[in-house]
Amino acid sequence: MSDIPNELRYCRTHEWVSCAEDGVVTVGITDHAQDQLGDLVFVELPEVGDPFEAETECAVIESVKAASDIYCPVAGEIAEVNEALMDSPELVNDDPYGDGWLFKIAITDEADLDSLLDADGYQEILDA
Amino acid sequence: MLIYQHSRSGRRATAQAPLQTADLSTIPERFRRQQRAALPEVSEMQAVRHYTKLSQQNFSIDTQFYPLGSCTMKYNPRGCNSLAMLPEFLARHPEAPADHSQGFMACLYELQEILKEVTGMQAVSLSPAAGAQGEFAGVAMIRAYHDARGDTARNEILVPDAAHGTNPASAVMCGYRVREIPSGADGDVDIEALRQLVGPQTAGIMLTNPSTLGVFDRNIEAIATLMHEAGGLLYYDGANLNAILGKVRPGDMGFDVIHVNLHKTFATPHGGGGPGAGPVGVSERLQPYLPVPMVARKDEHYHWLTEENCPESIGRLSTFAGNAGVLLRAYVYARMLGGEGMERVAEYATLNANYMLKRLTDAGFDAAYPERRATHEFILTLQRQAKELGVNTMDFAKRLLDYGFHAPTTYFPLQVPECLLIEPTETESREELDGFIDALCRIRQEAEEHPEQVTGAPYNLPVKRLDDVRAARELDLVWRPDNN
Amino acid sequence: MPFIPHTEEDLQEMLAAIGVPDIETLFDEIPTTLRCGKLTRLPQAISEMEVAGLMSARASQDGAPVCFIGAGAYDHHIPAAVWQLASRGEFYTAYTPYQAEASQGTLQVLYEFQSMMAALTGMEVSNASLYDGATALAEAVLMAVRANRKSRSGRVLVPRSLHPAYRRVVQAMVGKQNIELVELPFDPAGGHTDPAALAAFEGQDIAALVIPQPNYFGVLEEVDLLTDWAHANKALAIAVVNPVALALLHPPGTWGKEGADISCGEGQPLGAPLSSGGPYLGFICCRQKLVRQMPGRIVGRTRDLDGKIGYTLTLQAREQHIRRSKATSNICTNQGLMATAATIHLALLGSEGLERVAAACHANTRSLVQKLTALEGVEPLFSRPTFHEQVLRLPIPADGVLRQLSAQGLLGGLDLSRDYPELGDTILVCATEKRTKPEMDNFQLKLRAILRC
Repeated sequence: MSDIPNELRYCRTHEWVSCAEDGVVTVGITDHAQDQLGDLVFVELPEVGDPFEAETECAVIESVKAASDIYCPVAGEIAEVNEALMDSPELVNDDPYGDGWLFKIAITDEADLDSLLDADGYQEILDA
Repeated sequence: MLIYQHSRSGRRATAQAPLQTADLSTIPERFRRQQRAALPEVSEMQAVRHYTKLSQQNFSIDTQFYPLGSCTMKYNPRGCNSLAMLPEFLARHPEAPADHSQGFMACLYELQEILKEVTGMQAVSLSPAAGAQGEFAGVAMIRAYHDARGDTARNEILVPDAAHGTNPASAVMCGYRVREIPSGADGDVDIEALRQLVGPQTAGIMLTNPSTLGVFDRNIEAIATLMHEAGGLLYYDGANLNAILGKVRPGDMGFDVIHVNLHKTFATPHGGGGPGAGPVGVSERLQPYLPVPMVARKDEHYHWLTEENCPESIGRLSTFAGNAGVLLRAYVYARMLGGEGMERVAEYATLNANYMLKRLTDAGFDAAYPERRATHEFILTLQRQAKELGVNTMDFAKRLLDYGFHAPTTYFPLQVPECLLIEPTETESREELDGFIDALCRIRQEAEEHPEQVTGAPYNLPVKRLDDVRAARELDLVWRPDNN
Repeated sequence: MPFIPHTEEDLQEMLAAIGVPDIETLFDEIPTTLRCGKLTRLPQAISEMEVAGLMSARASQDGAPVCFIGAGAYDHHIPAAVWQLASRGEFYTAYTPYQAEASQGTLQVLYEFQSMMAALTGMEVSNASLYDGATALAEAVLMAVRANRKSRSGRVLVPRSLHPAYRRVVQAMVGKQNIELVELPFDPAGGHTDPAALAAFEGQDIAALVIPQPNYFGVLEEVDLLTDWAHANKALAIAVVNPVALALLHPPGTWGKEGADISCGEGQPLGAPLSSGGPYLGFICCRQKLVRQMPGRIVGRTRDLDGKIGYTLTLQAREQHIRRSKATSNICTNQGLMATAATIHLALLGSEGLERVAAACHANTRSLVQKLTALEGVEPLFSRPTFHEQVLRLPIPADGVLRQLSAQGLLGGLDLSRDYPELGDTILVCATEKRTKPEMDNFQLKLRAILRC
């Protein structure tokens, strides 16, 4: 059973999104996603300041057997990236909702968060 | 040990370099290398011993049964090697004048003709250096065709979801978007799904038949009609040509352009990853776009067709004429086979695959497409074993190595979970096939009784299972004096 | 039936096991309308003995003229051990090393190859081969455009002094990917790319600058100035180099203040016979930080379950079989056996041996040029230092001269008038370490006779 914290929001493409604090949300990948990918070997993160539209590719996560695109869940500008992942990509496997966060984004419109899935909605995706 | 670890300062194979040193005063000092490159310093005997011993750490067709699906690991005839390496062929400079290259050019011309006949195409270029380059050439020709007609709205290439990765990668290199078509439960392309995706934006479709699912797509004629009516062209990936050589011709199936993998169907050696060759064949309407150079004949005399002769060509794909030495090997093979021999290839490749499929399913293994005949290859899924025994396809594959068999292709195509794609080829004896089947059964028994025996495999090889996570995380790609 | 081991008994037993009456039934899923019937235009089978006779006749017909052509393919001595070892079945008939534990031979050889190429070029990492020099350059251009985040133009500067076939191949391969190749002129006196010619591009958005060394004319380029210009202009520097020349010349990793970013070239001089242009050996090396953008296979060293050292393909997630349409390249099959041969070749030469080869080539070409330019009307075209090729002007059209020479068993050089009409009647000549004094004297003799007529 993969872990799906209730307080987060989710995308079909297996990203999670935290609540907004001063218009900034944190983004990572779910426990299910890290398990499917296997041991991560590299994370390619966007640059701080880069703008992205929702559902556009903004990062790449690489394991031995796959290189997956990460889709920006909501429109905005990258505020911070998790530099620790450069040397320790395994943080994403070990703590996908905590130390394994990928980047923080200053969102253009907080209303966009409402269109994301909640924990139950994401569980349904996994069950399908 | 690496060759570097045998090095001692001052050692070298003195017989192999000029005995005299030469005057270098005409190269100004500012261009000169200041520090010698870190290359090995070993005697000739040490080098020979080192590489001989390394060769003994390899599996190869010459030493093991190698049923890799889609790779066609058939016997590489030694005669092809020795004749391609006749001193005059080896010594020929690529720019040697045609008048003094008629022997070599005759071989290439005849190979072009043989490939035309066997594939049912109108013209062939031998220059692509591998299948992937052939795919690039094929898609580039499709693009050139549409561009020449001013039909520039076509920006999509369709590719089955089970296609080999080189297909979509090649399409993107030609500036196309790739759309994937699902395969049906019976292994054939889902023609209804295809109908939805085809439109004025479709430049073409890349297919192989038999497909990567190991079955013959029975809808191929309908697919060809559908595509052509929509104005798109069909590309044939020749990776599975071994299944139909001499029986069915891609040209007759409606394909407009094809590539052949000579290192598969025409028995040229894989060499640890290459070199191969991926000649392309085309129907008449794509002929102007073929890559150069090609060999033409007029009045018993051979000459080259180059950029000047072929102004609409997609261009040159390598400095000279592609992997010429590989082409000579394929030519010799084709001559030893003759027309009848080519038919036998498909017949016995198919016989061997069906025999294995039947015996393995009788022994309780699950076929991915149990209602379908095997072509030259077939797929087993070990999903049930993975679930019930906790032993997956990777584990079975590694344990097969201990039994002295190279594992089949694993985890490709992606659509079938825990799959083994098995292609015996026609050059394997029945005893070899039986040995493999027995080994697979015994490994399953081990998995039932002592699963850790299988999950910890291999044990009998120069190394145990390798840590590829570490290999990607802690990149060590180059030996340096300071890193051991 | 050649290469098929089945006896009649095998056939019957196997058909019985499958449960079909004949082989034909196994093809019953194929619509009969698609069956091609007998192919009548294929030659009949012949035995190995017969094809050997045929091939020997054709090889003899072509003969083996004395070769003074370079132009991207060089006639070097290949130690006998190289192909005896590379032709061992365990190397020759092995597949791509996807099952790493069963392929430690090939994998370790490729790791050694990567190490040697990195050492020769002075770069940090190398891959395990591409098809040839020209396609390696095409891949390097694609890689540079991908990697250079400061550039959006896709414009790459390519010297006219670079091998013309390389320029054509790069155009064919990158032309549909929003990349523009811009030609830089060469200096008519020196034969090199005058760094002053770059002034026209100062401050423009350039993704990369291609720098050959030596260039097609054998001339040595101002690699340090060119590399520094590229970096000052926020472009990547792509070196295209001859590996034998690198034994003598300072390598791309040391060019300018920061070194080249990507180095590529043709590895044929390292153990691949001339063999009509292939199979050859493309190589590509780069800075460590660009390694994930490097196309093709890469071998890494790691450990097994017992902590023993082993080798495996790594960074495969970038390659076509995993990343598919987003892969760094579509390349799958590479030139593995040629890389194996190159590794053995370099082990047998070592850096001193390679230096001696390079020096002998340089000296022999000088000697040849001295002999030929002693003839009236034959002049060297360019004034700058060269490695092992030179351009000579002739007093009469080159094609006639070369035709007469080849009729006498001598390939006198390459006629440059097709690719460089602006140079007039010129040939590109090369004398490797294999060319002897009697051969060069003979060339002079024959040329004198031809020019007199």
